[in-house]
Amino acid sequence: MLAFVARRILLAILVIAGVIVVTFAVAHVVPGDPAATWAGPHATAAQIAQARTFLGLNRPLPVQLVSYLGGIAAGNLGTSIHTHRPVLSDIATAAPATLELVVTALVLAIAVGVPLGLASARRPGRPADQVIRAGSILGASMPIFWMALILQLIFSQRLHLLPAAGQYSPGLLFTHPLLKRTGSPLIDALIAGNWPMLGSALTHLILPVIVVAAFPAGLIARLVRAQVLDTIGDTHILNARALGFGERQIFGRFAMKQAWVPVSAAVALLFGYSLVNTFLVESIFDWPGLGSYAAASITTLDTPAILGVTLFVAIAYVLANLAVDIAQAAIDPRIRLR
Amino acid sequence: MSAGPAEGGRPPDTARLAISDLKISLGHREVVSITDLRLDHAEIVGLAGESGSGKSMTTLAILGLAHTIGASVTGSIMLDGRELTGLTPQALREIRGRRIAAIFQSPSTAFSPVHRVGTVMTKALRLHGSARSEAADRAAQAMRQVMLSPDLMRRYPSQLSGGQLQRVAIALALALRAEVLLADEPTSALDVTVQAEVLDLLRDLRDSDGMSVLFISHDIAVVAELCDRVAVMRQGLIVEQGPASRVLSSPANLYTAELLESVPKLPSRG
Amino acid sequence: MIQSPLAPPQAAVPRGQVLRRGLLANPLLLVGGGLVLLIVLAAIFAPLLAPLPGDAGAATHPFTVLQPPSAAHLFGTDQVGRDILSRAIYGTRVSPVIAAVVLVIACAIGVPLGVAAGYFGGWLDELIMRVTDVFLAFPPLLLALALAAVLPASLTSVTIAIAATWWPWYTRLIRGQAASVAGRPHVEACQVLGVSRSRIIFRHILPNSITPLLVQVPLDVGGVILTASALSFLGLGAQDPIPDWGLMTAEGQSYFTPDWWLVVFPGLAILLTAFAFNLLGDGLRDLLDPRRSFR
Repeated sequence: MLAFVARRILLAILVIAGVIVVTFAVAHVVPGDPAATWAGPHATAAQIAQARTFLGLNRPLPVQLVSYLGGIAAGNLGTSIHTHRPVLSDIATAAPATLELVVTALVLAIAVGVPLGLASARRPGRPADQVIRAGSILGASMPIFWMALILQLIFSQRLHLLPAAGQYSPGLLFTHPLLKRTGSPLIDALIAGNWPMLGSALTHLILPVIVVAAFPAGLIARLVRAQVLDTIGDTHILNARALGFGERQIFGRFAMKQAWVPVSAAVALLFGYSLVNTFLVESIFDWPGLGSYAAASITTLDTPAILGVTLFVAIAYVLANLAVDIAQAAIDPRIRLR
Repeated sequence: MSAGPAEGGRPPDTARLAISDLKISLGHREVVSITDLRLDHAEIVGLAGESGSGKSMTTLAILGLAHTIGASVTGSIMLDGRELTGLTPQALREIRGRRIAAIFQSPSTAFSPVHRVGTVMTKALRLHGSARSEAADRAAQAMRQVMLSPDLMRRYPSQLSGGQLQRVAIALALALRAEVLLADEPTSALDVTVQAEVLDLLRDLRDSDGMSVLFISHDIAVVAELCDRVAVMRQGLIVEQGPASRVLSSPANLYTAELLESVPKLPSRG
Repeated sequence: MIQSPLAPPQAAVPRGQVLRRGLLANPLLLVGGGLVLLIVLAAIFAPLLAPLPGDAGAATHPFTVLQPPSAAHLFGTDQVGRDILSRAIYGTRVSPVIAAVVLVIACAIGVPLGVAAGYFGGWLDELIMRVTDVFLAFPPLLLALALAAVLPASLTSVTIAIAATWWPWYTRLIRGQAASVAGRPHVEACQVLGVSRSRIIFRHILPNSITPLLVQVPLDVGGVILTASALSFLGLGAQDPIPDWGLMTAEGQSYFTPDWWLVVFPGLAILLTAFAFNLLGDGLRDLLDPRRSFR
């Protein structure tokens, strides 16, 4: 097991190096002169030349790459053109909100997707199965930004059931001030026992979480269904039945345990996928996370910020996959031996 | 008291497992029709026949699992005088494993690949009422009885050989204190030396534990070697039934004779 | 091998009958195929179907700005008075076309690389697969987004960005298939007989390796359409006056929520189109992939 973990970590480091190189390459695909952009529209030629030297753009590419790598190792992802702060500090401020959203969404997706998948697998071909399957395909076809807008329209604007935007009601800050510790209002309110704020944070979470969780839930349901149906014909299931285990245990314990392996792989994939989806969804809900930051950076053409976020999300994704790889090996012994 | 295993006499009331007028159908097609098949206390009955003759389906029917392949069952299956057909699913689940156990052909796929074999054993024991520590003890004891170290319980199926896995399956039946063991081609996937060990084990089950074993096989030679009585099955019907020595030395049915022809040499029966 | 009692008896059925039965028993394929056909027809006959074809481009009707859906304008009008229904119909010429171009490019890059990696093996295989692995290490959409963000905003940029990040999937898919085909006895026989490499590749490896694509590409159309709309929504793709549904949704966001029709209808178009192609793709997969028979 230890050898497996060591190998996987080494592989992850290599992949991250590759990711950094690719991001660097993308950064230099930018047409036009970055020095000119940086110096501004009214800069003179001399100022642009000075800018080029200042930004280190006159050095050969390989040297720039090495310096970029070194910078990243030191935690320097560049400075945002828009906010004039280090990109890394902008990300650190924005990340907790996004993590709150994505983690909650994935937990919901598993909590909903697994039972639905099991239900589908127990009665394949029946109406319930067809409906779940159709729903899943629908979830996979829905433009996420549109779903966000529609839900906002229906539940907030028309039915007045749920808040339209923000992480919590700003007005509450006056009556029930919240001490910001973890960066997540939900957790902070929970720790402090600030119930009105907790309630507000929860109601504000509902719409964004449903939007982010929709596709993952559908995917997980279909995956569980496929895996369980695949396993259910195996001989060991017959043996389990012959031992007297009931259908619920057969599906829930024996068939499902094997399904957790591909499901956990899917969760890693969905983690990365959802992180990127927040770019499309957060600004709609005024959710102060990475997504809003990225969307704003795109609008203002803040290249260092865009690339910094790209790198951050990509590395987070690699690490998530690593974690899942290790978890999978813990569940299924055959993986360790590969 | 029932007549000894060497003879054919079997007073119907005291048979442990009594199957009468069993008909198994797939859709409208009747695939198995058994008028009479019995298992007594401490005997090994062989159910011999080619593949597709319906032997395995009979096993499923006895376990009440025929519906899992879409088959329907009519007739009578009595375990110690209690009628099994028509029991509620819950009652059947209590009987499966605990009173009637089964081992199947492919030992390497008999256990869930993602669970340690010991886990499955203790889960099954606890399912049938044992307390946690009792389950572990009984499982370990059964493992020793089949000449396996209880340490092997911590292994995954992929870490055990076919022969070992088959013995674990038998150990599980022992641990559950099953009265009847349905052995569906248990040695067909094993090589000859390992096969001999498993057969020895089955004999032990009969002699020391008084288990009734239904030994299903297409290999008439193995049946001849192991079983006390033999039933020959062909296309869903039992064409001949009786003490092994009689059936195999002077078969009354043409098909039985043909089956025997295909075997190069028969061991002599004492 | 003794026939497992668990497998229900299979009667031998003639192949044509299986195919026909498969088609009829597969509602996904029928509905999906039908919808896709409608979309293609809408794209072809857009000038005839759209009530105001001129509105698909740079038109302005200052006196009918932001009108809610009515008999005259079934989907309402947008912020410069253009008929949204007409623009939605013309949108069928935008998204599916982008998807087609993207997938063709992705195949054009992915297939040769995959075949080369699978057939030649060795260091070439290692090199190609490592590069592929790095591309695949990015979450879907992220790299395309970064690329599209640094390129000037246009449909071309979006197409290039998505294609540049889509080909690695196909390379990996094809490589596995090519490697297994290359190991088959008849291919080895060809090599022994001295058949030229290019002939082996083009006659044997290539045709047999692309079979996974037959299932994957239709499945991916919906995904590309969604990705392209997302990038356009962020402002990285089509620019006004092109009737791209993602762009229309983004433009409509400013007038949301009172003037809901600017957002609802273009988004609905994206949804239906992606849904149609996903149904079709799923149906094709059910039909072509022999392992799946979860009826």
